This record gives sequence, C-alpha cells and structure tokens, in this order.
Amino acid sequence: MIPGSFSYHRPASVADALKLLSDLGEDARPLAGGHSLVPMMKLRLATPAHLVDLHGIAALKGISRNGNNLVIGAMTTQHELLASDEVAKAMPILHEAALLIADPQVRYRGTIGGNVANGDPGNDMPALMMTLGASYHLEGAGGTRDVAAADFYQGAYFTALEPGEILTSVSVPVPAVGHGYAYEKLKRKVGDYATAAAAVVLTMSGGKVATCSIGLTNVHETPLLAADAAKAVIGTSLDAATLKIAAAAASAIMAPAADARGPVEYRKHVGGIMVTRALQRAAAKAK
Amino acid sequence: MKVNGAEVEGLVEPRTLLVHFIRENLQLTGTHIGCETTHCGACTVDIDGMSVKSCTMFAVQADGSDIITIEGVANADGTLSALQEGFRMMHGLQCGFCTPGMIVRAHRLLKENPSPSEPEIRMGISGNICRCTGYQNIVKAIQYASAKINGVEFQEAAE
Repeated sequence: MIPGSFSYHRPASVADALKLLSDLGEDARPLAGGHSLVPMMKLRLATPAHLVDLHGIAALKGISRNGNNLVIGAMTTQHELLASDEVAKAMPILHEAALLIADPQVRYRGTIGGNVANGDPGNDMPALMMTLGASYHLEGAGGTRDVAAADFYQGAYFTALEPGEILTSVSVPVPAVGHGYAYEKLKRKVGDYATAAAAVVLTMSGGKVATCSIGLTNVHETPLLAADAAKAVIGTSLDAATLKIAAAAASAIMAPAADARGPVEYRKHVGGIMVTRALQRAAAKAK
Repeated sequence: MKVNGAEVEGLVEPRTLLVHFIRENLQLTGTHIGCETTHCGACTVDIDGMSVKSCTMFAVQADGSDIITIEGVANADGTLSALQEGFRMMHGLQCGFCTPGMIVRAHRLLKENPSPSEPEIRMGISGNICRCTGYQNIVKAIQYASAKINGVEFQEAAE
C-alpha cells in the first residue's frame, strides 16, 4: 500500500504554512500526526497533491496556562498530554481519555489538533472538548477566530474549519476544584474507536449534583452534548430512577451508524450504559 | 538521518514510507511489514525517543532524526541486550514475525519505566500484536530484561 504522488512541504512558521495553503489551494492538506490521513492516503481514499507538514512549526507545540484556561498547541501529541503534570492535576479527564486513544505508538504521533480538527465522529477528544466547554483557535490568511467546540462540528468530516485555515490551539477552561469526572468508552479491543463513549464532568454540593455536563462519542455523525440528560441529574443524588431518566434522555439524541461495532439499537443501548457508568464514577470522584 | 548510530542518506519520493526506506534503501530487513494499517506494530522503530509505526510515517519526515531498529539494539560489544536475552531465555517468540517490533517497543518502554508492573507492560505493548504466544512469555521476557537492567535476579511469578 503506497500512497499516490504528492509534493512535500515543511514550513517553519504558521504564517508560512498559511501562505502555502493559500497558494496551493484545495489540492493541499495540512499534515499533523498523520495517523488518520496517512492510512487514508495508503488506501488512496485521500490523494492530496501537496502535504503541508506542520511538524516543523515549534509554536504549535506545548501546554500553557492562560488565566483559568489550559491552552494546548495543536501539534501537542497524546503522549505529551499524558506526560503533563499540569494536565493530570488540573484536567484529569483529559489524561484519562488520552490513555484510551489508540495504542502507545499512535499516541507518540497523534496530536490533539488533528484529533479535534479532523471531524471523525470516532475521535474521542471532540466530545470531551464540548463537555469541558473548550474553544478552538483557527488561523487563516484572512485573520484569526475562535470557535466553541460545541459549534465546530457540522457532520462526519465536516467542520467549521474553512479551506486554508489551520486549527492552531485549543483552549480549555479548567474545571472547578473538587469536580468529578469520568470518560467511559466501550471498545472491542485496544486501538478501536468507541462502540459508544460518554464524558461526564460534574460538581456535587451536599450530596446532590450542582453542575453537570455530558458529552457523547461515536453515536451520531457528530460528537454530541447531552444537555437534557445533564439537566435531568441536576439537584438529584443520582438515584437509580434519575440515572435511568438520564440514560434514556441521552439515548434519545443518539443516531449511530449500524456497522461492525453493532446495530443501531445495541449502540444506543450501550451508549446509555456508558452515560450511567460515567455519571456514577464521576459522582464518586467529586469532593 | 542517523540509523543505529551511523549517518545515512538517501534520495526518495515524498510518498516513500519510512519502513520501505529502512528495508529497501538501507537493506535493514529486521523491521517487518505486517498489517500495513497501523495496527500490528511489527514495523515499530524508535525515532528520537519515540516508538513509531514506520508504515505510517513518510521517510522525508524522518529527515535529521535519530533512529534505532532491531539491528541496533544489541550491546556495543555484539552480545545480546537484556531484552534480546530475555526473549531467548523466556521463549518470548514462536514464529518471530512480531519480535523486532516487540523488542524495539519494549526498549523504549523500559527506558521510560525501568520497573514496569505486569499491567504496565501489557499496556505498553498493546500496540503490538502477536498471533502465536498469547503474550505470556513476551511479558516474562520484558520482566526478565527489567530485572537484569535493575541488577536483580528475575523470579517468575507463581502460576
């Protein structure tokens, strides 16, 4: 399996990369970790005439604190997220989810920017970013803009990213001290995409849920926020009846594809179970 | 780029995958091509301190990097490294197809964590598939190497 021919470009700055994308037009694709794009090129399902490799741009790497946000450069790898004490302390759900992505070798190359920008409904970070209220910094020849993760996904592989734009960083608000969190992912084997997965971030007060956000992975053509399910648990102690209502509310917005991971009804069913488990585990972790 | 300590250079098309450059241009055929779809880990090489599936990276992307393949893991005096010895002593292979990838991956795992627990070893090699052994003896081989690196005697856990 050998990809089609292409020209390789390795710009040293975001400005150079944007100029290349603008000059080369729609036959050019930016290349991040390459663990989605390169396999597609080997299958000749993607045949870009030009690859603009972002690995030469030092400014796209790294994790920094900006007020109450963690700002993560787009080319930061999953391995680097896992190695970050700041992520582990401030945003442990990010660490937990990164560890469930693919396998160690893929995590050395796979980047957070590629994961969120590709628009693959199977990717884990998009629903998590929506759950955490993150926003994406997009840079293009015409200027820069910030788009909320919740407004970014339009369909499978369709996003708010315009041709010629590069997602350069994600900005994630640090959840409240003492928050509970869980990312529950059902998968058939290591390296598989989720059959269904749920992210929960919540705070508890006096034994009852004070705030809650729930995100869903790979149960729709886009990642989802389960707003009704989250609303249903606020003010409750997550008793069995409430959990059932929340799972049903989440399942109601799921529209998964029937594929090798199971028929639609099964994936909706286990999607509800992932929500239940994530809620329970998050509540047990909250202080 | 540097491969197993030696400077090498070559002229390739951008679409040349790193694994093809290593096997065909450099004639280092210890790195295997298994699934070609980023799943099996047989093509794993070490690039600048990272375990990477060389079927999923272009050779041009490795320009200037420092690569270790299975041919470069033996001790400087030519004797078997702790990991190679572990795979031999613990029967960590049957057909041997996955072994180069397993050893190169385990090499980086032990650099990052010289005393991994059994679950950490299993997580650490979860990107490498073996169709023969059921992994038991591969895990033991890595435990053997870990013990040897740390200067302690390897004791097999009771079955």
